[in-house]
Amino acid sequence: MGNRHMTSLERVLTTLGHREPDHIPLFLFFTLYGAKELGLSIKDYFSRGEHVAQGQLKLLEKYGHDCIYNFYHAPLEVQAWGAEVIYCEGGPPNSGVPIIQNIQDIETLEAPAIKACSCLEKVLTSARLLKETVQDRVPIIGVVMSPFSLPVMQLGFDRYIELIYEFPQLFQRLMEINTRFCVDWANAQLEAGSTAICYFDPVSSPTIIPRELYLKTGFKVATNTLSQINGPTATHLASGRGLSIVDDLAKTGTAIMGSSSLEDLSQVKAACKGKLTVMGNLNGIEMCGWTPEQAENEVKKAIAAAGPGGGFLLSDNHGEIPFQVPEEVLLAISRAVRRWGQYPLDWISSP
Amino acid sequence: MEHEISLLVESLLVADRLAAEIVVKELTQNISPIRIIETVIVPALERIGKGWEEGLVALSQVYMGGRICEKMVDGLLPPGAPDRKNQPCMALCVLKDHHLLGKQIVYSLLRAAGFELTDYGNISVEGVVERVKKDEIKVLLISVLMLPSALKIKEVRRGLDDMGLDVKIVVGGAPFKFDPQLSFAMGADAMCTTASGVVPVIEQIMEVSHGQ
Repeated sequence: MGNRHMTSLERVLTTLGHREPDHIPLFLFFTLYGAKELGLSIKDYFSRGEHVAQGQLKLLEKYGHDCIYNFYHAPLEVQAWGAEVIYCEGGPPNSGVPIIQNIQDIETLEAPAIKACSCLEKVLTSARLLKETVQDRVPIIGVVMSPFSLPVMQLGFDRYIELIYEFPQLFQRLMEINTRFCVDWANAQLEAGSTAICYFDPVSSPTIIPRELYLKTGFKVATNTLSQINGPTATHLASGRGLSIVDDLAKTGTAIMGSSSLEDLSQVKAACKGKLTVMGNLNGIEMCGWTPEQAENEVKKAIAAAGPGGGFLLSDNHGEIPFQVPEEVLLAISRAVRRWGQYPLDWISSP
Repeated sequence: MEHEISLLVESLLVADRLAAEIVVKELTQNISPIRIIETVIVPALERIGKGWEEGLVALSQVYMGGRICEKMVDGLLPPGAPDRKNQPCMALCVLKDHHLLGKQIVYSLLRAAGFELTDYGNISVEGVVERVKKDEIKVLLISVLMLPSALKIKEVRRGLDDMGLDVKIVVGGAPFKFDPQLSFAMGADAMCTTASGVVPVIEQIMEVSHGQ
């Protein structure tokens, strides 16, 4: 394909093949930032699929990045199970009181049908609208919470940890129900137009549970779930560490690993070489206070650490650009990728 | 006590409640409860906290370890026991943030270290300022997961200062881990990267206030 200008999708597919595209693909994971673009409150913005589609397209035009991120917010999924979504200013919504008040209720719990949930239907609407507009030029990323991580919102984090350690049968039952829901939800998004699915699985990170426990739990759940999703998947640990489980993640069938800014990106890239594409790892919290010059330096550092040879998507480390990040910083990131991310990366000195 | 500390850490890391209880029960034959807490339980939790800080121990292990120790300490020193440390007067909260795990871990670890404290739960900025004044709190611990909650700490600081209250704010949570400068920008007096790290911070605050 040489160095001719590629579409975003071609660029991403080339890097996923562990080859060098025309330039480093940039994934700006905009969620609530679209509300700012449309001048709407966060609650209003997420009330209609049309808003999100319009917001994503405006952001794409402004920043020229390489993906559309059809992700609303994490509590949306538990809203489908009957939970309340609590909106706040300047940040992503929270989920309200956990829907499972008594863990014995897991025995009779049933997953909601995707088509019966208006909150999920909005996401499918925006996926369809976005697909109509961008066709196959730009990848549309759909998102699911992993069956293994969803219970943080279903039960509350503390009770979920206790469930994992102390109630193996109920844990198993919950994983079965959640897996059915997750697979249906992922496949519905793919049918509506999403190109790939980002599988958010922070609880599987060694930051949250030890690897030995992960291999008995989250690893098995991911392997089973991803095998039933009818499209490519990326696993995101949402800022959690992942270096020590790179080989395990690759065995689950995922193609991409979201990398934490807590880890050395060059080490992560080396560990993933030939197995997984690395996505990351600009620090989204620090980004709120960066100057455009700092942004450019951080982009250069990340490209130098993980760019050579392809297999790299530049993004933030969490899977969401905070509302507080100034536009000028995001524009500087975009410019810096154009300037320093052109392959071949001759400006990087050889080791 | 090194051997006992190692045994306890080993049991806590795999959430083996029974094995942890056996370690502590054997010690109660010859050692006072407060001494067991200070020389075995707190050092074990600090070791686990250090492992968390270094990325070698997972959050689930910190949480389960804290819960197991909290329960054991409740047996050794029931609430209201004379050796319970009720100074400084402390409270703990999250600020309109529905992520409660960090708060729960800090609560368990401080109680496992023999401290008493009030849990304000999930509360607003105005609510916490009022409660702190009413309860004459001297140290306010704020646990945070979401960035907007971290940014609210500045409002708490302002509210307390406006009322002329001398309250130390100690914060912890993910946003501060990812941006170590953030806590000072928000007006916090101290930031802890681990829950067990709160204990020496409290002790330091007590030393300073006693020295005044």
